[in-house]
Amino acid sequence: MSWFTKAISSSLGKKFVMASTGLFLIIFLLGHVSGNLLLFKDDGGQAYNFYAEFMTTSPIVQVLRILTAASFILHIIYSILLTRINRKARPVEYKVTKPGANTEWPARNMGILGTIIFVFLVIHLRTFLYEMKFGDVAYVDYGDLGRVKDLYTLVASTFSIWWYSILYIVMMVFLAFHLWHGFKSAFQTLGMKHRKYTPAIEKAGYAFAIIVPAVFAAMPIFFLIKSLG
Amino acid sequence: MNLTLDIWRQKNTDTKGAFKTYAISNISEDMSFLEMLDVLNEQLVEKGEDPVHFDHDCREGICGSCNLFINGRAHGPNIKTAACQLHMRSFSDGDNITIEPWRASAFPVIKDLVVNRGAFDRIIQAGGYVSVNTGGVPDANEIPISKVKADQAFDSATCIACGACVAACKNASAMLFVSAKVSQLALLPQGQVERKTRVERMVAQMDAEGFGACTNTGACSIECPVGISQDNIARMNREYYSAKAKSDNLE
Amino acid sequence: MLLNSKIPEGPLTDKWTKHKFNIKLVNPANKRKYDIIVVGTGLAGASASASLAELGYNVKAFCFHDSPRRAHSIAAQGGINAAKNYQNDGDSVFRLFYDTIKGGDYRSREANVYRLAQVSVNIIDQCVAQGVPFAREYGGLLANRSFGGAQVSRTFYARGQTGQQLLLGAYSALSRQVANGKVQIFPRTEMLDLVKIDGKARGIVTRNLITGKIESHSAHAVILATGGYGNVFFLSTNAMGSNTTAAWRAHKRGALFANPCFTQIHPTCIPVSGDHQSKLTLMSESLRNDGRVWVPKAKGDKRKAKDIPDNERDYFLERKYPSFGNLVPRDVASRNAKEACDEGRGVGPTGLAVYLDFRDAIQRDGKNTIEAKYGNLFEMYEKITGQNPYEMPMMIYPAIHYTMGGLWVDYNLMTNIPGLYATGECNFSDHGANRLGASALMQGLADGYFVISYTIGDYLASIPIERINNDHPAFKEAEANVAGIITKLLIIKGTRTVDSFHKELGKVMWDYCGMARNAKGLKFAKEKIREIRAEFWNNVNVVGENEELNQTLEKALRVSDFLELGELMIDDALNREESCGGHFREEYQTEEGEAKRDDENFSYVAAWEYTGDNQPEALHKEALEFENVKLTQRSYK
Repeated sequence: MSWFTKAISSSLGKKFVMASTGLFLIIFLLGHVSGNLLLFKDDGGQAYNFYAEFMTTSPIVQVLRILTAASFILHIIYSILLTRINRKARPVEYKVTKPGANTEWPARNMGILGTIIFVFLVIHLRTFLYEMKFGDVAYVDYGDLGRVKDLYTLVASTFSIWWYSILYIVMMVFLAFHLWHGFKSAFQTLGMKHRKYTPAIEKAGYAFAIIVPAVFAAMPIFFLIKSLG
Repeated sequence: MNLTLDIWRQKNTDTKGAFKTYAISNISEDMSFLEMLDVLNEQLVEKGEDPVHFDHDCREGICGSCNLFINGRAHGPNIKTAACQLHMRSFSDGDNITIEPWRASAFPVIKDLVVNRGAFDRIIQAGGYVSVNTGGVPDANEIPISKVKADQAFDSATCIACGACVAACKNASAMLFVSAKVSQLALLPQGQVERKTRVERMVAQMDAEGFGACTNTGACSIECPVGISQDNIARMNREYYSAKAKSDNLE
Repeated sequence: MLLNSKIPEGPLTDKWTKHKFNIKLVNPANKRKYDIIVVGTGLAGASASASLAELGYNVKAFCFHDSPRRAHSIAAQGGINAAKNYQNDGDSVFRLFYDTIKGGDYRSREANVYRLAQVSVNIIDQCVAQGVPFAREYGGLLANRSFGGAQVSRTFYARGQTGQQLLLGAYSALSRQVANGKVQIFPRTEMLDLVKIDGKARGIVTRNLITGKIESHSAHAVILATGGYGNVFFLSTNAMGSNTTAAWRAHKRGALFANPCFTQIHPTCIPVSGDHQSKLTLMSESLRNDGRVWVPKAKGDKRKAKDIPDNERDYFLERKYPSFGNLVPRDVASRNAKEACDEGRGVGPTGLAVYLDFRDAIQRDGKNTIEAKYGNLFEMYEKITGQNPYEMPMMIYPAIHYTMGGLWVDYNLMTNIPGLYATGECNFSDHGANRLGASALMQGLADGYFVISYTIGDYLASIPIERINNDHPAFKEAEANVAGIITKLLIIKGTRTVDSFHKELGKVMWDYCGMARNAKGLKFAKEKIREIRAEFWNNVNVVGENEELNQTLEKALRVSDFLELGELMIDDALNREESCGGHFREEYQTEEGEAKRDDENFSYVAAWEYTGDNQPEALHKEALEFENVKLTQRSYK
């Protein structure tokens, strides 16, 4: 093995992969949530549909998309690798444990939270990305502006199914917990810790963990209410 | 007070262990936890039974020998307190107390509550030192060190190597122990020459011993009887990544 | 037997320098052909193992702990003395030497103590180079504090954990040599016998504490760095495992035991809270700077401390020693506390405690000031006793802390058995009849880093280089001896636990050979110990077997040796018909009740030779000559 593969396969190397991919995915979430704010624009989905068109065709975005996908995959693979090491490190469990005495619930359950989010991710990609790419999403004609796929209508109709919306909202709660620990933890793992800025990072992390999933959750709520009205 | 004790009994590394329940009475709240076990052991010996084996020595919280997992907590319910400093006034009459050994594949059980922590020694042997021979060193005051740095180094150096961090961690990770030593020497000018090789070797040995990785839950630091901070782990990570990127070591 | 201390000729200041030049050296290529056994991995043992391995010798280091880092040196709090004179307050090698000789009440060797003071400065350099985080000033230079028995600030410290930091420094040097393959560590291994061949120490027999296996290890020389024997008293500030076994077994093989009755009692320990007590915890003696020591005037006064008005309190130290008050030396403070309790005026549930009261200091300086000075100590006190010392006075009582006596060694730290060395608290050499604070760490590291590494070469260069195999009949004999003792203990299967004997012995030792001793009591104690020992060998119950981790057996082996050592301590205390330092014979006191030395008749080291089981030991005297200090009587009135 080269020095690099050795470094990356050490426990700290694996943690480095987890943290750096995690941070990249946090940036991705920020981009994703910002773009999707267009769903709230009162223009019948025009801006959103052009944005979707851009996201599926722009070469730069395609590169970013590959990076995002790679981050997801590495994040998942390395979490499995780390979990295997961690399980092996304690073959016999304690009879009595009081985990609440010294840890936060999300910190202890990143694996479970991550697994749930992974399941959600598959559903989410199937519902939207797959449909957009390979499904028969109808086109909408905006005259001079051009003719693009009408993802907006797909989103609106999907989120008018009440149980689907509820599923999304619940999933965002899990995402919030995952981010609650993951955000600050990534900085700790990367060694970015200092009395001066760590308190700010932690606060930013908690804010991110609440606001981003909340905004995502607002989208199904928005369309659900709209469909009822 | 009267208590019921659920204690892990295991004859040796190769045999299977099990919990055994003991009732014990007339325990004074002034007793230390280990003295309570002494009382139990005296009673067991009087009955001709093998006493409960546990590691202990200084009984003032500094040697790091004692290692009891008491009611689901490393060193018991009080923070910044080793099992030997825990007193029975922290418990109430009629309590049921479960006592387990540290659980980690790197700390095999030797007998009952006694585990083998030789892994910690091997990690220090991998690089937890400054390579100076006796004699031929400069005058102590030729190496000025800022008070702040010296105090930080002390805070890391105060680790007693009891293994509570490993025991408390859901992953049985030894990061807090290793990072405390890495930090102490990374902070001090004396440690600069071997700074990169030290962290590389110590982390490699830590991995080889079969400890888990860090999830940054912070349990280690909270259960640490001397309060070693998680900052040390962040510093070790930084040291490690920087060493891997810049050291001359191609291995 | 003629005791040759081998003190070099010449003026005091040149002895060590000249000696280093005159002694033989082992050439570097030959060093790797010599094997050295070091028993114990505390300050003295770890520093010796590391230094000798660095020189090229093959070292085998043994400890009964699970790791070398757990040796009891780790618990030392206060600091380490060194004649650096960094504070510009008039310190010097000679002053440290003088303070140590005087503090030891003129019962130690001038030459050894002077050398100790000389190398003290190197110790600090060495430890700093290893990365020991000593306390520092804001300018980045080392900080010092003052300590008892000295008028200069020469104590280096790392908060209240100096022993821990120094030991971890020595342990790191040791670990480095393990990685280099020059030191082989044997943890959880206890030395149970010394092996002599042709009169020379050639190895040891050990028991593997996990498997019970009895093993022989041969070497060219053996160093014992096994600490003190304070646990003969059962209750002491020593760790639970601290024991005399290695030193005692060497004694039974011919090594002389010097001044065994010289034990140090520390006045400010947390008192015994009941029969369950397993050990005592020290509280720093700095507390006496602000705390006032008192007991009620009336016997059996059971009122709460705050309900006893001032005119019914007896501030006995202030009353008896108006000029020093609460700051009298350790031995004086201890004896007076005992006296008050013996009169029935002791406080607390057991009546074996005196108050150390901060009420007046808190009223005078405010709670915040007291908290800043002693906060961590108050916290520790509260953790152990559950009482808040800001609100009610602390209770303290003296406890056994250190043993100045130990194996007799010459200037080279070699016992009278060629090839057997003793370093640190294990030997008798440097502290006389009383040790000054912050000097134990200094001596352990001086012996290990800077003395033994020179002096051992002188001996090794004089013996054949060939190794002796550990299947030599002498090893087999020693193995059989050890196995015999173990079997004997295991088959008794009596009705009493090991601890019950240990407690009984400890009580006798404490009552009759503790803070104050007299001939009548000592004679009674001698008989009593013989009875306890006889019953021990008939009625002790050692459960389990040899071939496993068996803590009962470990304890039984150690207690069996304490039961023999205890008697020798009594003999020594009886023989020394004077009072000096920690040894206070009630018959020999001044009119004011202070210790009265007899320099004419007792200015000697009492070195005892083992002559056989249950036989009286033979006394050998090494006269102490003082050429550089004037002997004076202490007074603190």
